[in-house]
Amino acid sequence: MQAEVEAVARIVRWRMWGFEWEGTSGAAMANIVQFENVGLRYGDGPETLSDISFALAAGSFYFLSGASGAGKTSLLRLLYLAQRPSRGIIRLFGEDAVTMPRARLPGFRRRIGVVFQDFRLVPHLSAADNVALPLRIAGMPEADIAEPVSEMLAWVGLTERAGAKPETLSGGEQQRVAIARAVIGRPEMLVADEPTGNVDPEMAERLLLLFDSLNRLGTTVVVATHDLHLMHRVPSAQMMRLVKGRLHDPTGTLRHPPARELA
Amino acid sequence: MTNSTGKNGERTRRVLDEARGVRAMVWIIAIMLFLTVLGAALGLATRNAAGALETQLVGRATVQIMAADPARREAEVGRAVATLQKLPAVRSAALVDRDELAALLRPWLGDDGADPELPIPAMIDLELADDTAAALARVRASLQSTAPSARIDAHEAWMAPVAGFLNLVVSIAAVLVLLLAGATAAVVMLAARAGLDAHRQTIEVMHMLGSTDLQVARLFQRRIARDAAIGAAIGSLAAIGMLLLVSGEAAGLGSQLLGGATLGMSGWAVLAMLPIAFVLLAALAARFAITRALERVL
Ligand SMILES: Nc1ncnc2c1ncn2[C@@H]1O[C@H](COP(=O)(O)OP(=O)(O)OP(=O)(O)O)[C@@H](O)[C@H]1O
Ligand SMILES: [Mg+2]
Repeated sequence: MQAEVEAVARIVRWRMWGFEWEGTSGAAMANIVQFENVGLRYGDGPETLSDISFALAAGSFYFLSGASGAGKTSLLRLLYLAQRPSRGIIRLFGEDAVTMPRARLPGFRRRIGVVFQDFRLVPHLSAADNVALPLRIAGMPEADIAEPVSEMLAWVGLTERAGAKPETLSGGEQQRVAIARAVIGRPEMLVADEPTGNVDPEMAERLLLLFDSLNRLGTTVVVATHDLHLMHRVPSAQMMRLVKGRLHDPTGTLRHPPARELA
Repeated sequence: MTNSTGKNGERTRRVLDEARGVRAMVWIIAIMLFLTVLGAALGLATRNAAGALETQLVGRATVQIMAADPARREAEVGRAVATLQKLPAVRSAALVDRDELAALLRPWLGDDGADPELPIPAMIDLELADDTAAALARVRASLQSTAPSARIDAHEAWMAPVAGFLNLVVSIAAVLVLLLAGATAAVVMLAARAGLDAHRQTIEVMHMLGSTDLQVARLFQRRIARDAAIGAAIGSLAAIGMLLLVSGEAAGLGSQLLGGATLGMSGWAVLAMLPIAFVLLAALAARFAITRALERVL
């Protein structure tokens, strides 16, 4: 495991931001995310999410489960700033994410890695260029990009497919490109929506190892999945369960996470 | 954002599909520039012609001594010149040589024009220090007593309708150029919006990965500016080629009237600036349309 973590650490050693973000996770950042009575309504329909209250401890690993249509993707969209809630309070990296002006969103989004349920690869770009996209958007010098990209592709087993366009990749291959793209910038928070839905169990485990390694390097990880088997592979992970748009939290531990020693 | 420069910018630009882009805009811009350059050339040449006309005519007038009897005409001419030379409004008054006049008339009158018996009015060329209507009226009044058959015509007055017409043409050309600029901006904005629509999902991904509006706008703006530049080059080169052809033909005619209607160095310089100005306009219009559209998404 340690070897794995070191390998991942080597790949993602390139910083997208000029500061060591681990340094910001002091007392104020103990909770990287905080939701208070958040509700989400699409149009004038019923509330898709209701009274969602929880906090994510910085550096923790979370699984989000729930039946299809329970609102997992909706919750994650709030988390990665693709959507503003209809009500409630969301604090992200210690700041109010609900009223945050548009102009500040890109800066926050660059601190979050996202694996979309539907991958969302850019169709005209090769697998390698898709993976490189976050680094390019963050303005990393071109000379520093090739190496982490090829190492990242090697990790997800796509070295041979580096030049392939998404449409020529299988579903599982596209998913691996999407994961590589989400983690390459070593985000402070990784949000993955069904990241192993299209890959075989062996690859699923390898990808989970990637998330776990990233988590050990300090990234807060949130993975939405139906896969119970997968959840048991990360013993330290905490479970979040959505039932019809409400968070199942009988003991209140999600609402008030126990204080946690940070590495 | 360093991706505005160098290779990084080059790579990011490929985010948009290059191959599929319909290059209709290149041709629309080419046509716009073709028309704009021709319109501007028309306007500039007409303005120059009007200017040339004015420098030739302003402050000039002709006094005609109409008396049919040669002796009386001679007498009136002598008195008129003497009177005119004393007036402060007149800078100089010179009798047009009769032989010169006959030469001018020969095409119409044939050699008969040289016949001293022919009652051709005598003409006095005036250069005026003051060419206001009031001054002309005073000149006319002073001639009344000394040379009753004198008739005075300010050249400007004859040419006023022509000058008015030329100015109208200049105004029409200016309006034409402005309309074409407006239409170009509108076309570019439509193209930018169509581009945004076609790439909506890619833009969404770019946003989710932390792209700023400016970064997204730049992708489109560069493409549009490049398309506009190609179109502008095609259109203006075609127009300038045509103008060179036309001005060659005009020079061949050796016409005095067309002689004033040349572009001159400054005119050609203005025409050369037009494509650059239009490409800038296109880039600005694209940025405006794109940032406006992007502000509506989260
Ligand atoms: N953009 C939208 N507009 C309207 N309704 C939506 C939209 N997105 C999701 N919904 C609705 O919200 C509910 C929750 O959807 P969501 O995608 O969050 O579920 P999920 O838990 O991710 O499901 P799955 O496991 O199938 O991915 C569903 O009833 C869905 O129809
Ligand atoms: Mg979902």
